[in-house]
Amino acid sequence: MNPRPAIAPAASDPAPQPAAPPNAIVLAGVRFQWPGQAGFGLTIEHFAVERGERLLILGPSGSGKSTLLSLLCGVIAPQAGSVVVLDTDIARLSSVARDRFRADHFGIVFQMFNLLPYASVLDNVLLPLHFSEARRRRVAAGRSAEAEAEAEARRLLNRLGLEAALHDGPSSATLSVGQQQRVAAARALIGAPEIIVADEPTSALDQTHRQAFLELLFQEAARVGATIVTVSHDEGLRPYFDRVVPLDSIVAIDRGRT
Amino acid sequence: MIVGRLALKSLANRWPTALLTVFGIALSVMLLLGVEKVRNGARQSFTDTISGTDLIVGARTGEVQLLLYSIFRIGDATNTIAWKSYSEIAAFPEIAWIVPIALGDSHRGFRVMGTNGAYFEHYRFRRGQSLTFAAGGPFADLFDAVLGADVAAALGYRLGDPIVIGHGIGSTSFAPHEDKPFRVAGILTKTGTPVDRTVHVGLDGIEAIHIDWQSGARIPGQGVGAEQVRGMDLTPDAVTAAMIGLHSRLDALRLQRLINTYGEEPLSAILPGAALQQLWSLVGTAETALAAVSFMVVLTAILGMVTTILSTLNERRREMAILRSVGARPATILGLLTAEAGILTAAGVTLGGALLYVVLWFARPIVDSRYGLYLPIEAPAVDELASLAAIVVGGVLAGLVPALRAFRLSLADGMIVKT
Repeated sequence: MNPRPAIAPAASDPAPQPAAPPNAIVLAGVRFQWPGQAGFGLTIEHFAVERGERLLILGPSGSGKSTLLSLLCGVIAPQAGSVVVLDTDIARLSSVARDRFRADHFGIVFQMFNLLPYASVLDNVLLPLHFSEARRRRVAAGRSAEAEAEAEARRLLNRLGLEAALHDGPSSATLSVGQQQRVAAARALIGAPEIIVADEPTSALDQTHRQAFLELLFQEAARVGATIVTVSHDEGLRPYFDRVVPLDSIVAIDRGRT
Repeated sequence: MIVGRLALKSLANRWPTALLTVFGIALSVMLLLGVEKVRNGARQSFTDTISGTDLIVGARTGEVQLLLYSIFRIGDATNTIAWKSYSEIAAFPEIAWIVPIALGDSHRGFRVMGTNGAYFEHYRFRRGQSLTFAAGGPFADLFDAVLGADVAAALGYRLGDPIVIGHGIGSTSFAPHEDKPFRVAGILTKTGTPVDRTVHVGLDGIEAIHIDWQSGARIPGQGVGAEQVRGMDLTPDAVTAAMIGLHSRLDALRLQRLINTYGEEPLSAILPGAALQQLWSLVGTAETALAAVSFMVVLTAILGMVTTILSTLNERRREMAILRSVGARPATILGLLTAEAGILTAAGVTLGGALLYVVLWFARPIVDSRYGLYLPIEAPAVDELASLAAIVVGGVLAGLVPALRAFRLSLADGMIVKT
């Protein structure tokens, strides 16, 4: 059951690398069509995200946002074009390899309902480590790997403002939406994945919590030099990001080709 | 084993449903195993009805019929064995003992069997157990009767009570032998065999009450009193059947052939074991039906589990999307749901097995004394373990139905759930 890669992707190798190439993500000539959904598809001619960049993609829902994220994270593969993430064209990988690649290199935060309701806060944070050998190694290389992983999870939770008393409790019953989002952030950050993808991460939060949440997320991401790609319809998020691009400048929607 | 742990936690989170599902499976498994136990117990008790007897002799008839009326007291003999033939057979050198059986009368619905004291000595049931007396003892007087346990219990008789034997076999006899009442001399302990429902009297007693009878009715004006009869020759003209024990069992087949080709009158000799087997193959259809029903119940329980898991799938699409986002493959989702089904079934099977032993522990003495059904408490047999394993495998396979659905949902949803 251990998803240990047969051939470890080069990027997950902890050996010192030559000067990091400038782009974390490059999409080129991507064409994607959902099966069955009478011709809903999209085209992305060129789209790149630099390493360490904080990028905000602005756009209303129903404009291909979810499809774009699914392509980025390798949940779906395009019919044409390349999706190069950390120098690997994940469009050419098998679906199993894409799942493994996502486990190793992506931390993902959803709009809400991010947590497994039956697992404790701590177990929710530790979840990605079960699916990624690389992230496990980055957290804890030593013999007492489990203890180290737990310590790292608690550290992240503390940094994100969840007091220790909550760590071992149930994840969704007692936590506020804001607290749940912070647990989700800790889960996305554990094991230092190179790319953090957030889908409307703050839309369930009020103004003050929104700011605090983003600041904490960015702080922790900056510590490991992670690239942040956020998709939102909220113009108010603009000031927190290095770069803001409208979704419709990246994605061309093909509708009603039938 | 993250999949197993997640499955366990997920089930723990939905423990009321999970518990009910496990309980349903447990009950069905208990039923299945219980029916199997009762089946084996019944077969054992059945073949244990008579043991230690090598041959049963009666008038020429079918094997099963002779067994039915001589041992199970079901139906009637079509003919009798002449006392002369009986005496000749009894004199065969191979024969260690012979016990006569005379049937045809009844007492308030219970069959009356004429025999002699040797019966209590030689009749064996359930792996060679002898008859024992709960009270009193065997015949000491001409008009002594020994009651089976059920007779005494049903009619409330105690030692010394008088009983009147009716002519013929029916619960209300129109021709009672009220002029010659018997006295209860002994009551047997429960055996779980037809002996429990039999009134035993001496062969000479049977003869005595019929001495002034002819062709099933009293000869008018020729009444013979109870005291008067004691002086008379009470050797019967005929008996219904005889149980025979041999010095060597090796002689059984030869003697059987000898009796079957007996020159004086047409007789039949049967080997009780073989006849019991034959009879069981007739009765056994019912047990197969019972086993089929309990199998259906297990199937129903597993179907219930599949339904329960299926009904949770929609609300769990979110959970699957989360798992996919942290790198779980669709195959992991498949494994997760299959594991859930496996855990539920395995827990149900284990609980069911345990429950069965608890129930057996409490019910065994009652079942034994009430129904004469001996249910052994022993480690599960290989074929029982095999059927338990088959149930778990079946549960896992059935779990593939919701698992495959989740697999497809998760492929279609990816990380995005539109709800």
